[in-house]
Parts: sequence; structure tokens; C-alpha cells
Amino acid sequence: MDYAEHYQTVSTDLPGHSLSWLQALRTRANIDFSTSGFPSPREEEWRYTNITPIEKKRFTPKVSAGDPSAAAELIQHHRLDDTWSLVFVDGVYSAGHSRLTGLPESIQILPISEALERYPEKVHTMLQQAADCETHGFIAFNTAYFRDGAFIVIPDKQVPERPIQLLHVSTQAEGLSVLRHLISLGIHAQATVIETYVGEKETACLTAAVTEIDLAANAHLDHYKLQNESDRTFHFGGIYSDQKASARFRQNHAAFGGLMARTEIHSHLGQAAECDLDGLFLASGRRHLDTHTILRHHGAHAVSRESYRGIASERGRGVFSGRIVVDPQAQKTDAEMNNRNLLLSDDAEIDSKPQLEIHADDVKCAHGVTVGQLSAESIFYLQSRGIDEASARNMLTFAFANEMVEKIRHDGHRQQVRDALLANLPQTDVRGDWL
Amino acid sequence: MLSIKNLQARVEDKAILKGISLEVKPGEVHAIMGPNGSGKSTLSHVLAGRSGYEVTGGSVTYQGKDLLDMKPEERAREGVFLAFQYPVEIPGVSNIYLLKAALNAIRKHRGDSEVDAMDFLPMVKARIKSLNLDEQFLYRGVNEGFSGGEKKRNEILQMAILEPSLCILDETDSGLDIDALKIVADGVNALRSPDRSFIMVTHYQRLLDYIKPDVVHVLAQGRIVKSGGPELAHELEEKGYGWIDQGATA
Repeated sequence: MDYAEHYQTVSTDLPGHSLSWLQALRTRANIDFSTSGFPSPREEEWRYTNITPIEKKRFTPKVSAGDPSAAAELIQHHRLDDTWSLVFVDGVYSAGHSRLTGLPESIQILPISEALERYPEKVHTMLQQAADCETHGFIAFNTAYFRDGAFIVIPDKQVPERPIQLLHVSTQAEGLSVLRHLISLGIHAQATVIETYVGEKETACLTAAVTEIDLAANAHLDHYKLQNESDRTFHFGGIYSDQKASARFRQNHAAFGGLMARTEIHSHLGQAAECDLDGLFLASGRRHLDTHTILRHHGAHAVSRESYRGIASERGRGVFSGRIVVDPQAQKTDAEMNNRNLLLSDDAEIDSKPQLEIHADDVKCAHGVTVGQLSAESIFYLQSRGIDEASARNMLTFAFANEMVEKIRHDGHRQQVRDALLANLPQTDVRGDWL
Repeated sequence: MLSIKNLQARVEDKAILKGISLEVKPGEVHAIMGPNGSGKSTLSHVLAGRSGYEVTGGSVTYQGKDLLDMKPEERAREGVFLAFQYPVEIPGVSNIYLLKAALNAIRKHRGDSEVDAMDFLPMVKARIKSLNLDEQFLYRGVNEGFSGGEKKRNEILQMAILEPSLCILDETDSGLDIDALKIVADGVNALRSPDRSFIMVTHYQRLLDYIKPDVVHVLAQGRIVKSGGPELAHELEEKGYGWIDQGATA
């Protein structure tokens, strides 16, 4: 595999090179990656997503650390005013664009490159806790080559007064961004983290981000992700969370961009933990958007609610794979998953694969999938109000997606997701200024 | 306003309307009463242009134009409004958005400019208050989770804002308690004018206590079997529909 060699060669000057434990971890991950390579469609979990086009490319990390002015506009537009933000341009932390003013000393929000110098032991305990290199090649690749990322530690009972935004901007053609985010919430701590991924138009690059989340007992994390990268970008984003007893994890994911993009959201639920996963993907043009979720009910009395909506238009392709695993001791599990999809053209395709694996006997688990068209009744209702059929269809398509957008509690992020939705709906005449 | 001549329609192979004729003049309120299955709702759907009905004969002329030749949205833009028996829920689009989109579609058709936001909101708020609805109602999804009474009031709100010439109320009284019925009736009465006509389709005479019709028609088995003044409604209330059915088959 030539490409494995290529990534080894170009990945120089990675942070933490003086830390022997990290060197050992990276070396092992490098061996794992060299052996397995990027995931192949022969692997069951990657059956519907063939990423071999990535193998032919040779993405290269950005060499200079200067902030190109090209990124400034994107950052200006996407950085949320009411947050503490860490901004990454082509995978490199930009202190100049980040906003951390007023951050109390008790809360740690900093780039992982800096955390490796200041808190190496803490990074050591957090890294590889929720993500496992053996799962597939992308995680090994990320562990071997991550250049930066966020390090967020909220101690027991702390509630930061602002949400935290991780803003990723891709500007460089054939660029490579490999990011590792670590988020840890102490007992009864609460936080909101928003991951935003955007790119310059026409930029073809690879973003590979892994987020590991550790939620102590009774912690509560609201986590949002917007993937709206450029048309030619490859994106892999893995979010792996470990919920201790009664911890609450609410995740909302919206995917619109990229050429080929996959988001994995896996959570491990301890006793009486609660997990809500909501998501929306809109695969337009020739995009391939894959969402892969696994909720593992490990402790008893945990509750999970998962609701995903997918739309595919033109020659777009969507994949939803949702698995719920209930371990033998996880009695009184209460899990519901549903996935509703809308196909807007004959050439569009959505593959939906819900799976329940139940090893306990006293549980409540339900799942449902629909792939449908717009309701004729609703179209007529709108027509009877003077709205022509094409506009009625546009409005109903928007409504179908917007229901997921409305679940977003953060105003600024909700607005960005809605803007991205409107921008990506083909031929829509839904008026953003009337909403 | 509206002239229906010998209208016949069927759903799949089943003939539902078997020759209906009706003249509605500007400003008139017509009530169409009849037992279940008589074709009342079919008549209102055919007038609004819902698909699934095949018109097999007759004609409908609205303000001098062939109504049956128009798409549903064209009928709406020309001033025909159907208040649904079961208004559709559209979560994800707010009531205010739908009102704006509908009003602007109609204004565009008339050659008017888009409604100004500064004018629109106060107008809607005034209407909403008279229908005893909360302002928050505007920002909820269209009919999403509304009670039966709220849905019907929402239909009247849309009607008030779109200012149609011909209002067709399909079983607007069904599912309403007496207080909600009064509010809806007040809303309708406020819209009565010399150049606006109403066709009220209803099973019960109750609605007609609050909205006084000029003419009452009794529909049975796809035909109008009797027409008369408001007193006809009372007669039906006392005797039920049994004698009508017998009359229709005789």
C-alpha cells in the first residue's frame, strides 16, 4: 500500500513527539493502519460505502502555519459569537481566529497540541478510551497522524457559561486535516459542544476527525455537528462516547457537504444513562453521505432515542446504519430508533439498515424505517391555498428536514444548519427570509 | 358567482355525484345538508380540484370561467377557498410561513407586490385575536398537535387572510364544542359581505343556528332532492334524514 507510506512520510513534526507513551501509541496505530489500510467495502460495516477513491489520492498536510486570508471569510461567517471557539484551518490550530476570552481557570479548553505539553498525563488517560484502533483503519490512521484537535475538560459540577465551538475550515487543495478531539465531563458537569466543518468551494481534501467523549456519572453533554464541507471533500468523522451511570448525551448531526462523507456516532450507555441521537442528511448532486450509529446498552435502565431523517436527490446516495446492542445485564433497557427517508429523484438512493441485537430478556426496543414520497394529501392542502405543486413539494421537503433542525437548541447553530439545508436543497423556492 | 350544472363525478368505478345543479349568487350563503355518504364532501373536493375524482359530466362555471379546467392552486388564486374537514398537519413549516406563502402566491397572481412584513404581522395578529387564538400559534408547525377546535379556527384564520370570493366549508362544525363553534361562526359571519359567497357542507343543523343560510339544499345519493329556506334545516333536525332517503329512492 503506497498510500500508507505516503502518509508516514508527510506526517512529520506531529505534536507530542517527546512523549514516549504517545510515540508507542502512534507506532502501534501506524502498524495497524499499514496492515489494514483504509476500510474496504468487504468489511461488513462499510458495505455501502466504497472509499477506494481515497486510496488513489495523496493528501498532504498543510506545511505553513500562516492563516490564509481565504479562510477569514468562512471563519467570520461560521464562528458563533456566543461561544468559546477553537478554530482549525486545514487541520492546524489557529490561535488568532479562536476566541477564548473570559474562560475561567477551572475549565480547560485548549488545542490538544498544547495540552500534550501542559497536561500530558491527562491526555494519556483520555486518549483511546472511547475509540479503538482495531475498529477500522480510519481510527488507526487518526491515532497515528493526528496533528491537532481540542482538549476539553470540565471538572465535577462545573457548567461553562458558554457553549464551545470547534470550527474546522478547509482551504487547501489536496490538503489533509487529521484531528483528535478529547472531551471529558466530570460528575454532574454540563456542557454544549458544537463541531462545525466547512470548506472553500471546489477544495478537494481529506478531513479525518475523531472525537472521544467521556461522561462521568450524571454529566450532561449536548453535542452538535454540522458537516457542510466543499463538494469535492472526503470526510470521516467519528464520535465515540462513553456514558457512565445516569450520564446524558444528546447529539444532533446534520450532513450536507462533501463528496463522500461518513459520520460514525457510537455510544456506550452505563446504568440509567440517557442518549438522544437526532440527525439529518441531504445527499444532493453526486454526494455519498453515510451515517453509522451504534448504541450499546451496557447498564440496566438506560434509555435511548434515535431519530434520523435522510433525503437523497439528483444522483445522491445516503446510507443510514443504526445498531442497538443490549448486553445481557442491561435489563429494563428502553430503546427506540426510527429512520425516515425521502427520495426526490429516480437516480437517488438510500440504504437503511437498522439492527437490534438483544441479549437481555426484559427490555423495550423498537425500530422503524420508512422510505417514502411526499403525501398527496399535504400537497393538495397547500395547492388549495394557492401554492403551485412544485412549490408545495419544496415546502414539504423542507418541512420534513426542518423538523430535525428545529430540535437544535442553540440559536446560532440552528440558523447555520437551516442555511445549509436551504443552500443544498435542489431548486427550492422556500424563502429563508420568511422563516 | 358559481353555477353548477348537472355535475356528475365518480371515484374509481363508483358514481358519487349523479347530476347536481346549483346557483350561488354573490353574497349568498348556501347550506348543503345530507346524510353520510350522500356526496357532500365529494362535492366540496371536486370544487376545490382534489385529484382522485373523475368528473364524468356537467359543468361548473365560477365568475364566468370554467372552474373544472383549473388546477387547484389556480382555483385558490381566483378566490376559491376550501376549509378542510380534516386540516393537514405539516410539522416543520410554521403557520406564519404558510400564511405568507399563500397570500403572496395569490397577490402575485393578481399582479400585486409581495406583502410588506410591516403590514402583514399586525394584520395577522388582529385576525388571530378575534379568533381567540394565542400569538404563539403563528410560530407552531401548521396544525401540528392542534386540537380539533384549533384546526378549524386555523382554517378560518387562513380564510380571513386570503379573502376569497367563494368559501366552501366542509363539515366545519364537526368535532367542535359549542364554544369553539361560536368562535368559528363569529369568524365566518365577520367575513360575510355582498361580494363573498359561502357553501357550507354539514350533517347537522347546529351550525346553521349560528351562521344563517339563505338557501338550504338536501343532498341524498348524489342528488339535490330538496331545496328551501332556513326552515328546511329545522325540518331535517326534527324528522332526520330517513324521509329524504325514501323520497330519493322513490
